Amino acid sequence: MAVKPQTWWQGWRYRGGGTMIAWLLHRIGGLAMVLFVGMHVFASFLTQQFGSDVGTAINIVYESPYFQAPLYFLVIFHALNGLRIILLDTFPKLLEYQREVTWLQWIVFIPLYGLAVFFIVARILSGE
Amino acid sequence: MRSRTVPQPSMSFEYIMWMFTRISGLALLFMGAVGLVMAFIMGGRELLDMPTLARWTFFPNPNHVVNSDIPDVTQGWANAYWQIMQIVIAFFGISHGFNGLRVVIEDYIGNTIWQPMLRGLIFLVWLFFMIMAVFVILAS
Repeated sequence: MAVKPQTWWQGWRYRGGGTMIAWLLHRIGGLAMVLFVGMHVFASFLTQQFGSDVGTAINIVYESPYFQAPLYFLVIFHALNGLRIILLDTFPKLLEYQREVTWLQWIVFIPLYGLAVFFIVARILSGE
Repeated sequence: MRSRTVPQPSMSFEYIMWMFTRISGLALLFMGAVGLVMAFIMGGRELLDMPTLARWTFFPNPNHVVNSDIPDVTQGWANAYWQIMQIVIAFFGISHGFNGLRVVIEDYIGNTIWQPMLRGLIFLVWLFFMIMAVFVILAS
């Protein structure tokens, strides 16, 4: 298959299939984590060295449940999807079952993320 | 459908980074599990609060967990074992992340003059964050 020159946004267009969604979420989650962890390291450096308020302000955002809920979605999904990629790369014969493995990944993901959401919602309800 | 045959990869930069992404990803999962279990053992069983759990899991630093009311943070975490763990986690995490950023960017810019320039820029940002993270760990 020849690769036609494309504009960058065409790569993000939905072409169908659960694996495309997995790829897209993996990418979005990875970029979000680079931004999140980078700002977090920077904030802890500022807090530690200069005692600046910037770090505390960023921390308040990070600890808010409305920030935590989407973040945990992306982190847990990125971890599980990475495991799927490693598994399929190590045993290429399993690529025949790509669709089934992607469904299995969601089956593992939902209870894990549900647990995270349970603790986040419990924190909102306890009024902290 | 048969699985396709893949040619034997040579030791290129891309191949080494491909391997590194997988090894560091597994290592981060493993070290995160160690951090979480150790935090539970060290008295965190009754503080099931997600930000605090994430802190223990990936960056168990006495300076870092200070505003999440854990009993005796400095006693448990300010020692050489956790400092080495933190430096290794920071190295794997930051390198994995910035290599991923490089892969995403190079997917969209292709083989132009921007590729080596952005590679250099990402390397410098990676170095900056590594030095900053190790500094925070060793100074706390």
